[in-house]
Amino acid sequence: MHVIIDYGMGNLASVQRAFEKLDVDVKISNKIEDLRTAKSLILPGVGAFRDAIKALNDSGLSDVIKEEVSQGKKIIGICLGMQLLYEKGFEYGDYHGLGLIKGDIKYLDVNLKIPHMGWNNLKFVKEDPILKYINEDEYVYFVHSYYAVSDSTELIAYSQYGNKVPSIVRNKNVYGIQFHPEKSGETGLNILKAYKEIMES
Amino acid sequence: MLAKRIIPCLDVRNGRVVKGKKFMDIQDVDEPSKLGKYYSESGADELVFYDITASNEDRKTSLEFVKKVAEEINIPFCVGGGVSSLDDFKYILRSGADKVSINSSAVKNPNLIKEASERFGNQCVVLSIDAKKNEKGSWDVYIKGGRENTGLDAIEWAKKGVELGAGEIVVNSIDEDGMKNGYDLELLKKIVEAVNVPVIASGGAGTYEHFLEAVNYANVDGILAASVFHFGEIKINDLKKYLKENNVEVRLAN
Repeated sequence: MHVIIDYGMGNLASVQRAFEKLDVDVKISNKIEDLRTAKSLILPGVGAFRDAIKALNDSGLSDVIKEEVSQGKKIIGICLGMQLLYEKGFEYGDYHGLGLIKGDIKYLDVNLKIPHMGWNNLKFVKEDPILKYINEDEYVYFVHSYYAVSDSTELIAYSQYGNKVPSIVRNKNVYGIQFHPEKSGETGLNILKAYKEIMES
Repeated sequence: MLAKRIIPCLDVRNGRVVKGKKFMDIQDVDEPSKLGKYYSESGADELVFYDITASNEDRKTSLEFVKKVAEEINIPFCVGGGVSSLDDFKYILRSGADKVSINSSAVKNPNLIKEASERFGNQCVVLSIDAKKNEKGSWDVYIKGGRENTGLDAIEWAKKGVELGAGEIVVNSIDEDGMKNGYDLELLKKIVEAVNVPVIASGGAGTYEHFLEAVNYANVDGILAASVFHFGEIKINDLKKYLKENNVEVRLAN
């Protein structure tokens, strides 16, 4: 069983449905014991970094996630969930994230419309099993105003929007996806299909 | 590069899609989710469902289709029509929609834009503007389905809406709606230049060229149309191929 972590931020049902369509055994939960026994963790989220990390810290889930992941459990963060995997976020202040990937979450300060909203194409940086069923330049659906800034060692794919916006990242057993695979049509499903093989391996 | 979005718009009354003369090749078009799925598989980038249920009492029941649409499709969708409160926003978003569009109610209560964007984020607050050209050569904002002139200037209203927190503007031209003579390019261009959020063109599409003009001349971010798609006059993927051949960034289906 894989656990979609419920910490009160955003619509988890669409992420759950996407995994269920792929016959992945997922459960939405905020219970510490479920996170402990889960085969892998899924961290979705929509909203502000500050509120999200506070909710995770207050419920004690942050520590559980960090412990489980340090022992090798796989986790995938989606949209705001990916941003929370980094060390620091700068939305409405200066907040510590989960620190599972090195780098910060900063405002996407480009001379274009913000939020970065709509379909953008993926540019591949390095090979990874998560890219197994998609091709470079396929489109995925983004909605966000902040983005990951790092030394890019974790970068698997990015999208161009004024800057290089990290769209798929990985640090060992920690994956992050900035866009919404559950809203990205066939391409999104194919990414989750590849991740299914990763999470079940 | 961000792709230009092609957005079919579906009218829903009492939870059922309102049928025109003939929808192409689709069985059971009464189901909003079925038609939504058909469009999402045909290359639509986003969908808009417009609830035209007349009475407020029936609205809650009518909106139950939103959950079903969310179950069936895996592209973003917006729901509009009769939305007048934060509770309406909450219900629609919780049912699985990505965006909510408001029109008359925003004119009557501009604060709704502000409250909704603060509570749910500006990315899900879409301000829909019905505009009609006046004899002075500017555009007035109409409400109640184009029956009442508010006297507001459309460009100023778009700017104010964005200041209040609207994350996207849909511009419906009352003059061009259903005429198939093309979008109101001057109006679109002025609004695109006035705001820093995506602008979606609506009303007037009849040919491929009309879509291209809206992108090339007015630089809109997305294009919404209803009848040309429903009646099969224009197929979304053919339209996208045409736009791509003309150097417009679009998402082609695999």
